[in-house]
Amino acid sequence: MEQLSGGDMLTRALHDEGVDLIFGYPGGAVLHIYDAIFKQDKIEHILVRHEQAATHAADGYARATGKPGVVLVTSGPGATNAVTGIATAYMDSIPMVILSGQVESRLIGTDGFQETDMVGISRPIVKHSFMVEDPADIPMIVKKAFHIATTGRPGPVVIDIPKDVTDPKIKRPYEYPKDIKMRSYTVPGKGHSGQIKKAVEALLGAKRPMIYAGGGVIQGEGAELLTKLTQKLGYPITNTLMGLGAYPASDPQFLGMLGMHGTYEANMAMHYCDVLLGIGVRFDDRVTNSDTSKFCPDATILHVDIDPASISKTVAADVPIVGSVTAVLEEMLDCLEQSQQAIDAEALKTWWQQIAKWREKDSLGVTPHTNGIIKPQQVVQAVHRITKGDAYISTDVGQHQMFAAQYYGFDKPRRWINSGGLGTMGFGFPAAMGVQLAFPEAISVCITGEGSFQMNLQEFATCMQYNLPVKIICLNNQSLGMVRQWQDMQYGGRYSHSTYAESLPDFVKLAEAYGHVGIRIENLGELDAKLEQAFALKDKLVFVDVMVDPEEHVYPMAIKGGAMKDMILSKTERT
Amino acid sequence: MRRIISLLMENEPGALSRVVGLFSQRSYNIDSLTVAPTEDNSLSRLTVMTSGDERKIEQITKHLNKLIDVVKLVDLSESAHIERELMLIKVKAVGAQRAEVQRLADIFRGQIVDITATALSIQVTGTSDKLDAFIAAQAENTVLEVARTGVCGISRGDKVLTL
Repeated sequence: MEQLSGGDMLTRALHDEGVDLIFGYPGGAVLHIYDAIFKQDKIEHILVRHEQAATHAADGYARATGKPGVVLVTSGPGATNAVTGIATAYMDSIPMVILSGQVESRLIGTDGFQETDMVGISRPIVKHSFMVEDPADIPMIVKKAFHIATTGRPGPVVIDIPKDVTDPKIKRPYEYPKDIKMRSYTVPGKGHSGQIKKAVEALLGAKRPMIYAGGGVIQGEGAELLTKLTQKLGYPITNTLMGLGAYPASDPQFLGMLGMHGTYEANMAMHYCDVLLGIGVRFDDRVTNSDTSKFCPDATILHVDIDPASISKTVAADVPIVGSVTAVLEEMLDCLEQSQQAIDAEALKTWWQQIAKWREKDSLGVTPHTNGIIKPQQVVQAVHRITKGDAYISTDVGQHQMFAAQYYGFDKPRRWINSGGLGTMGFGFPAAMGVQLAFPEAISVCITGEGSFQMNLQEFATCMQYNLPVKIICLNNQSLGMVRQWQDMQYGGRYSHSTYAESLPDFVKLAEAYGHVGIRIENLGELDAKLEQAFALKDKLVFVDVMVDPEEHVYPMAIKGGAMKDMILSKTERT
Repeated sequence: MRRIISLLMENEPGALSRVVGLFSQRSYNIDSLTVAPTEDNSLSRLTVMTSGDERKIEQITKHLNKLIDVVKLVDLSESAHIERELMLIKVKAVGAQRAEVQRLADIFRGQIVDITATALSIQVTGTSDKLDAFIAAQAENTVLEVARTGVCGISRGDKVLTL
């Protein structure tokens, strides 16, 4: 058998696992690995400018492609810098493998230079972690890590690697395992047939049905089947923030996003439905609102998820189904095909009429200013128009994120890249880099705010180095918009540490300083033309600094402690 | 409600911290915890006594099952089971008190395992209730030290927790 050093084993194992791109940042504990990378040409390494960006870029890559993202960081600060990105991936169930360097085995526990207990620090935010003790274990550990990260409910896996394990002088036999057996890890596949039958019967018997689909449908590659099922039934459907794109937004059966900033019609239909099919969702507090006892009071709840722990965690399911979304959806479609039971067409018609009335409210309607001030929603609408709805949209976190979610209208899965669970500011830009690297020909847009963007702006340099023509659309309201909105609504307009207009950089010059293009838009009249100009620069990173109305709030907004039907619709209107 | 969950997990470094971490991370209670290798050296058996309503216990067992190192799990309190805890207790005993402590130990089927001029150390096994009762039965201000193992248990009958 071939004899390899630990460092060479790692690059070989990654290649054998089908990895061709990794994101990282070198440092003492991983220098053997970096030397191994230098000597091979199978795996491309992207040098970021901060380890947090490495994790977000790998995350963006994973969300856009469905393949696991891979990160390499050094010990100590390298590892701790990666933590926010790992937590982000964990909360959104994104497959990722993080290789972190560790001090030499003999130094572990001695408070050595750049030592930190990475396995311990990352424990609550990983699906699993490994500490390599012997180079001979590397192939099996890498194989297991990728298996765990990508199967079942996906998630990040950390492999902590002491420096001596990758010592080029120590060689061990290398053979990449073809398959693995883990007695303690089984992946749910098919759902329980009896339960699926029950769920289909409940769906067919519904008078006011509703489908509520989330990120699990996208992660599980179930969007096509879900669309088929939904259209076969003719039922209304909503997507969670994480699920946008799981069902085409331009289809009339789509009621928009639900939850905290969901559309009026989606939230009303949720509240008044009598059968709810939740699929690839986790009934989280941004959907159910804080008091789950008021959630969907009349509904029989059917819940499909691959993670048994997600079922009946916050809202009890009447028909729980544990299984992969594709397997369950396929069986549901078969079941539907064979069923003699007919849909209650009359009731469904009445239900759609009710929904049409709710739609008339036009809860996402935008009334333009007449004085040339740009509303942030108009920017997202313009980006949608110019990119023909076919871009990859990454965002940071805050008002701009919600505007993007509400107004971009995603027709395809994996186009919407955002930190839904952890809500990580600074996610968008590096994630957009990951997307651009995955799809060099695609339009990779980062819709951001001037607050979030400053959390990872050092990646301008990475984009220059690798020529990544990301388009950054900054909805600049000169304040931490969502914080400010809450301060407007709940704290008497006291803007405690949410404004900083006087200290904002000149983003145009900043972009130019890194060798990119900067464009500033201040007036509604110039919005379309200048955005088109930005997108026409296909080979350039363009930072578009759009000055938007700082007074604008995100609506609808759930009323805290209420049911889903309880919403604030504008500064003057409530349900 | 009081529950006893027993599980088999990989006898590997870090496995225990994952279990304990899960409890603190999701704010579940640990009333007692005991862990040791089994007849199969690659496996450890961990028994945790916890409390919570039906829904909480369901979540605890689901999350424990999700841990990669956990191989198999049983909620012992779901059916008939035997549970035991061992306690070593050191009590102050001089003069007439010595005979009294000995009598108490006999009643609770305890064994005196160490003796000095002023103190007796007694080993008592049984359910947690029994050990509580033994402590309560001691004369006021005589208990010097208590060391308890925490609960372990097995199911009654043919049911076994094994691979």
